[in-house]
Amino acid sequence: MRRAAFGVTGADVDRVGADVETWVAGALNPGADPGVDATPPPTFAAIPAVGANAGREERQARNKAVNDQGDQLSLWWLTRMVAAHRPVRERLTFAWHNHWATSLSKVRQASLMLKQNELLRSQGLGSFTTLAQQLVVDPALMIWLDAEKNTKAAPNENLARELMELFCLGVGGGYTEDDVKQSARALTGWRVAADGTVSHDAQRTDPGPETVLGVTDHFTPQTLVGAILAAPTHPRYLATRWWHQLASGDAPSDDVLSRLVAAYGPSRDSKALISAILLDPAFDAAAGTLVASPVEWLVGAMRTLALPATPANVQQGRAVLRMLGQVPFYPPNVSGWPSGASWSSTAAATTRAAAATKLATLADLSQISSATASSRIDAVAHLLALDHFSPRTLDALALAKGKPVQLVATALISPDYLVV
Amino acid sequence: MNAPYDPRLPLDGLTRRGFLRASGVVSAAALLAGSAGCSWSDVTKAASQNPLPTGTPILVLVTLYGGNDWLNTVIPAADPAYHDARPGMSYGHEEVLALDDVSGLNPGLKNMASLWSSKKLGIMRGVGYAHPDRSHFRSMDIWQTASPSAPLNTGWLGRWLDHVSDQEPLLGLNIGPVLPVLAVGAQRTFAALSVKERGADPLAAVMAALGKPDSTDTAAERMVASSYAAVGRVRDDVVTHMSEVSLPDEITDDGSLKSQLLTVAACIRLGAPTRCYTVSMGGFDTHAGEKATQTLLLTGLDTAIAEFRTAMAGSPRASDVVLVAYSEFGRRVMANASEGTDHGTAGDVLIVSDRVKPGFHGDQPSLTDLDAGDLKASQDFRSLYAELLTSVLGADPAPVIGTEVAASHVLV
Repeated sequence: MRRAAFGVTGADVDRVGADVETWVAGALNPGADPGVDATPPPTFAAIPAVGANAGREERQARNKAVNDQGDQLSLWWLTRMVAAHRPVRERLTFAWHNHWATSLSKVRQASLMLKQNELLRSQGLGSFTTLAQQLVVDPALMIWLDAEKNTKAAPNENLARELMELFCLGVGGGYTEDDVKQSARALTGWRVAADGTVSHDAQRTDPGPETVLGVTDHFTPQTLVGAILAAPTHPRYLATRWWHQLASGDAPSDDVLSRLVAAYGPSRDSKALISAILLDPAFDAAAGTLVASPVEWLVGAMRTLALPATPANVQQGRAVLRMLGQVPFYPPNVSGWPSGASWSSTAAATTRAAAATKLATLADLSQISSATASSRIDAVAHLLALDHFSPRTLDALALAKGKPVQLVATALISPDYLVV
Repeated sequence: MNAPYDPRLPLDGLTRRGFLRASGVVSAAALLAGSAGCSWSDVTKAASQNPLPTGTPILVLVTLYGGNDWLNTVIPAADPAYHDARPGMSYGHEEVLALDDVSGLNPGLKNMASLWSSKKLGIMRGVGYAHPDRSHFRSMDIWQTASPSAPLNTGWLGRWLDHVSDQEPLLGLNIGPVLPVLAVGAQRTFAALSVKERGADPLAAVMAALGKPDSTDTAAERMVASSYAAVGRVRDDVVTHMSEVSLPDEITDDGSLKSQLLTVAACIRLGAPTRCYTVSMGGFDTHAGEKATQTLLLTGLDTAIAEFRTAMAGSPRASDVVLVAYSEFGRRVMANASEGTDHGTAGDVLIVSDRVKPGFHGDQPSLTDLDAGDLKASQDFRSLYAELLTSVLGADPAPVIGTEVAASHVLV
C-alpha cells in the first residue's frame, strides 16, 4: 500500500487487513471522490502572443503570465494529490506523467499541460493503445518533441524516436534507425495552432507508404501506434518500466514478467497490468528497494499527518519540492525524473530534514503526545504505517524522546520511511 | 529552446537503471556508489598528505551531453555542400572565426580561436565508431564504456582505476555528486566531490545517528543512510577545517561547467593527488531553433575553458593539464524543418593543452558521401582514449580498452 498510494497510515492498513485484492480492485475502479470534487482544475485564459515588434516590457509581462499559469497548475495538482480520498488514482497519473514526461518549461501553455494530464488520468487505466494513439497527437507532447515541425521536406525525428525508445519499446527494443526515420515520415504534417488545436496539413505530409517494423502502410498516427505496439518487445518493456515505477528498483524475474505480460494481454490493458503488479506474489518480496521520490514523500507525509491542502501548506510543499528537484509538470527531460541515489544526496538530506520538522510542527500530534512515553515510538510507527523501526532508527528516535515534533520529523526522514 | 533531453540527471535514476538493465548494462550497485562522496576538506587533506608531483600529466575530461552539432561548431564554411544542407542555419565564411581556408569556429568560440592561434588547440575530426547508434543513452554508453560492440557494465576510466597500482582514493575525481558511467570500474570508482557549503542542520544529531549503517539495511536503505552520514562529515569539515585553504568565492554549486572547471583548477593548484577529473555540461540536443541555443551553449563552454586557463595561469602545473571535450554524437548533416538537426554520427573532439599537437587531426568526413544522411567516421574514438591512457595517465591501454585500435598521436 505504501508503494501504490500517496501516504497511508497504520489505520488505513488495519482497515484493509488481509484482503489486498479487494483493496486493489477498489482503488483501480472508478468511484466517487469528494476530495477530487472539491479540487476542480483551474481554467486558463488564453495569453495572447506578442507581436514581432513587442518591447521588452510587453514580452516580460507575457512571460510572467505564462509562468503564473504554470504555478497555478502545479499548485492545483499538488492540492489534488493531498486532498483526494482515493490517492491511488493520482499516484498512477503521476507515474504516467513520468512515463510520458512532458515539461511546461518548453510547452509554455498550462492549458495544454492540463489537457494532457486529464488524458493521462482518464485513459491511464484503459487501453495503452488508445492512450498512445491520443498522445501522439496531444498538443503538449507534440510541442515538447517538436512534432509540429515535422514535415515531408525535412522530417524531425524527435517524437518518432522517443515514441519507440522511451514510451513503447525501449533501447534495444527491436527497432532500427530506419524504423525511426520511417516513423518520423509517417508522423509528418501535424500542426498545433496557437490555441492548441491540432490539425493535419496534407501539403506537409509525406505521401508514403512507409515501412515500420516490417509493416508497410500509408500510416496514420493511429495505425503507426498499432504497428509499434504489435512489436513483441513492447509488453515486456512496458511491464518492466511499470515494475520499476511501482514495485522495485530491481528488474522483475522472467516468471514475474511473463505473468505481467499475460495480464496485460493483446488488448494492452493498463489496468490489468498495474493490478497484476500490485498483486503479484513477488511484489511483497520486492519491498525495500525503492526510494520514495520527493513528490511521493512530501504528498505522502502531508496526507499521513492529515495536513489540510490549504494554499499556504501546498505552496510551502512546492518550495520544498523545488529544492529537492521534482515539481510536477516540470520533469528534467523526456525520460522523466531520476530516482534512487539522486534523491538521496547530502543536499537533499538537509532539505528533507528541515521540511520534515516544518511538517511535524504544523501537524496535530496529539495522538503521539498523548501516548505514554514508552509507547510513543510504536505510535509513530503506526501513524506512518511501518511495521517496526530498524535498530539504527531507534537510536536516532531515542535522541528525540519527549519531543513529539522531533520524533515525527526523525521518523519521516528515516531510511525506514523513505525506502518503500 | 533546448530539446527536452539531457541524460545527466537520470543517469543513475530508476528509469535509467531500467533501460540499462533492459540492455544488460551496468549493475545498479555500481551506479549507486554513495560511499564515493567526498568533500573539499578531503581534497585539502589529501593534497597536503600526498601531493601530486609537479610535472605529472593531468586529464580533465569534459562530457557534452545531448549530441553537439559539431558541423556548426567546427564549420566547413567554404564547402557549398554545407550551405546546401542547412539553409537558414548555416554560418557564412565571413561569420566564422577562420581556422584555415575551409573551416572556422562558431562565433561563440572566441577564446578557442585565440587558443588555436597560440597553438594550444587540437581538433580531432570525424571521430566516431562503426555501426553508429543514434540513441542518446546507447551512444553515450558506447563512448563512456568504450565498447561499441557489446554493452559493458564498467566505464573506461573506471577500468583504468581497476588496473592502476596507485590506491590513492582521489586518483579519479568527478566534480558533482552523481557519477557518470565512465567513472565506474569493477573494483573502484571515481570519488565524487560536492562543493556545497551548508549551514546548521535542524536535526544534526539525529542525522548523524541516521547515517550509521544497520545490519538489517536493504541496499536502498543503506544508500539513504549514507546520505545522512555525509551530512555529518560536511558539518565536521566546516567546524574543524575553517583554517584550511577554502574554495575560491566565485565557485558555487550551480552545476555550471564554469564552476566545475574552477573547482578543478582549485584542486590542481592545491596539489590534489588526482590524475583525472571529469566534468560535464548538458543541453546540446538541438532539435529545433538550434542556432541561438547552440551559440549560447558554446559561449558557455568557451568562457568556462578560458576562465579555467586563467585560474591555472602562473601555476607550475598549468602545462601539465590536458583538457578534452567530446559528445555522444554529432548531428544530421541535413537540417530539419525546425531549424534544428536530428541525431547523427561522427563528430569532433577538442583538445586544449600546452602538450597538444596543435591543428587538425584526421579528415573532416565528406558532406556528400554519406551513410543514411550521416557522416562516415574517419577515426575511432578509442584511438583518442589509447593516447590519453598512454601519454597522460601513463597506463597501458590494453587491459582498459583492448588492442583493437592504435593510439592517435595527438599529444606531444
